[in-house]
Amino acid sequence: MDPEKLYILLAEDDQDDRRFFKKVFDSLKIKHTLDMCEDGVELMAYLDDSDVLPHMIFLDINMPGKSGMECLKAIRSSSRLRETTVAMYSSMSSPDAVEDAFIEGANIFIKKPNDFEELTKVLREVMYINWQYVTDGLNRENYMINYYNT
Amino acid sequence: MNVYLKYNFEKTCRVILQEQLDKFDFEYTIAGPGTVNFQENIPMQQYIMLQRELGRYGIEIIDNQKAILVQKIKAAILTMLEKDNMPLIKISTYLSESLNENYRTLSNVFTEVCHISIESFIIIQKIERVKQLLITENLSLTEISFRMNYSSVAHLSNQFKKITGFTPTVFQKVVHNKRTLSISIN
Repeated sequence: MDPEKLYILLAEDDQDDRRFFKKVFDSLKIKHTLDMCEDGVELMAYLDDSDVLPHMIFLDINMPGKSGMECLKAIRSSSRLRETTVAMYSSMSSPDAVEDAFIEGANIFIKKPNDFEELTKVLREVMYINWQYVTDGLNRENYMINYYNT
Repeated sequence: MNVYLKYNFEKTCRVILQEQLDKFDFEYTIAGPGTVNFQENIPMQQYIMLQRELGRYGIEIIDNQKAILVQKIKAAILTMLEKDNMPLIKISTYLSESLNENYRTLSNVFTEVCHISIESFIIIQKIERVKQLLITENLSLTEISFRMNYSSVAHLSNQFKKITGFTPTVFQKVVHNKRTLSISIN
């Protein structure tokens, strides 16, 4: 796989935040396709219908209907999505909630920053590290990076 | 006054190619449009120069020499990390000696293809190894830092935290809980 052809799926209920993420992804100079869903229910329906699986799924923890955590559990219990990288994010979470997300199978946890530069930096790093996991066949069970408290 | 031109692209390209190739010392034949035949392998550094020169004219070399070199670099690093007693030699010396190229070339090609530096790659790989030793072999941090050539446990812990965002202890706990959970589900 080529990091320049990443297929990213993002679930976020807030329209401003969707725009913000899109702007940051666009600025990364990594060729990618970004699709967005407006909540967890739409995300799961989208994944069920789609033939092409995303390389990475970004999930907002707090969403009405189906929360990020519920989506994560559903994703990890589906055999076709088990290996897909899942990055969770929230603006406010306790250390326990962050740990729980990793225990349920999240690969990455990000604090939703309001700062453009900061999110750009984190997302760039996340995408390149993810590429290492894919190309070098690193152990996925140990694929956990916590950007929340750092 | 306008002068109207007619180009022979085939010839233009051939002349440019010839002029550029003649700047170098190696024997070559232009085997046809878009193919150059070299008698011998070109050293990487000169290859990069040639690529740059041709690039100025919009001529691109199509091949994956760089990708091959990157694979060799990765293999050399992984071999080194897998040894139980890692050699205490500078990584730049180790790589340039085992691959017979100067380190600057290796480093530039690597970053261009992988988007991360050789140094970052090594750190990521080392931390992966540390994770494995923590999880599967249940080694203590002291044993791991000794085995992986860290100057101290503190250095190991700091690097681990920097790359993963976890302390080694919390990481171990999370993986353990993750396993327990997946056993209870299945």
